[in-house]
Amino acid sequence: MGIAYSVLAAVRTEMKRHPDKIPGKVGVRVGELAALDPEALRFCFEAITRDTDMESLELEIEVCPFRYRCLGCGHEFVVHDYETRCPQCADLKTECIGGQELDLAYLEVEEYGASTAGAKSTQ
Amino acid sequence: MERVPLERKVLSENDRIAAELRARFQEHGVLCLNFISSPGSGKTSLLECTLENLPRHDRVAVLTGDIQTDNDAARLKRFHFPVKQITTGGTCHLDARMIERHLADWRLEDLDLLFIENVGNLVCPSSYDLGEAAKIVVLSVTEGEDKPLKYPSIFFKSDLLILNKIDLLPYVPFDIAAAAENARRVHPGMEIVKVSCLTGNGLHEWLMWLEQRRHANKAGAMQPVG
Repeated sequence: MGIAYSVLAAVRTEMKRHPDKIPGKVGVRVGELAALDPEALRFCFEAITRDTDMESLELEIEVCPFRYRCLGCGHEFVVHDYETRCPQCADLKTECIGGQELDLAYLEVEEYGASTAGAKSTQ
Repeated sequence: MERVPLERKVLSENDRIAAELRARFQEHGVLCLNFISSPGSGKTSLLECTLENLPRHDRVAVLTGDIQTDNDAARLKRFHFPVKQITTGGTCHLDARMIERHLADWRLEDLDLLFIENVGNLVCPSSYDLGEAAKIVVLSVTEGEDKPLKYPSIFFKSDLLILNKIDLLPYVPFDIAAAAENARRVHPGMEIVKVSCLTGNGLHEWLMWLEQRRHANKAGAMQPVG
């Protein structure tokens, strides 16, 4: 829930820089090892935006795999079953390069009225 | 429609405060350790045993977090070190702002060691940097030995695993070798100590680990900055 509030707070802060626009979609990257269930985040996000001025805001979650890089041969690979040995050269000296993300990637903003134009025309 | 790149951490505000705290801890040579475990793994008992074994004049303080009650602070105050309860009122983890707020009337120059006992939870506390020098994860033998595989984030981020309640090993089907192996699958080379707060078994090893960290921290603090 705290994470959902943090995402929303970041959107509100960013929206101050676009006073004539409305928020459309926010993109978040969640690593496999970030201790965060994307579905739980989605649920919390919907719960705190429902019936608010942020109700139209969509949340897009990109799940980032647990990745390592071999310090020997430079090969980058996705880790399965916590096997961090390099699959190419079997070197054990490898480093984590992905899977812990909890990042705000982007915010899509729309012209004010753009999303309500369709609704108006059907009235 | 326009796409604005944000490219920052979701918890960037928490991380900013944590970085400030870390700089303050470093400036004053305070070793800050963040204890994380599921509820009932024995964080408070471990801290009781630890405080009991430290000299009275030691410059140690404790911040202890819970959703409700100040029971833990009451238990830890018996040892006459400064202890403050952080009651989160529903939040399942401590964040850097809570630490900053509760440290406000303590002089860091009077401290060498700060223990933070997080809210009992193996998930969310792993995401919130508190400015600590190291996270320590506590796992008791009444839990499953597959906990490191189920909650990899905290085992990956912790410097030390304390396997607690080893006095119960004869009575519970806990495979301690498998637990250690699982922890090291998630975090290769992870340091592990096995303790019993009831019998005192293994406590020496934990206190040695602590002493080494304090020594290294002091040596690091004496290095000229830059």
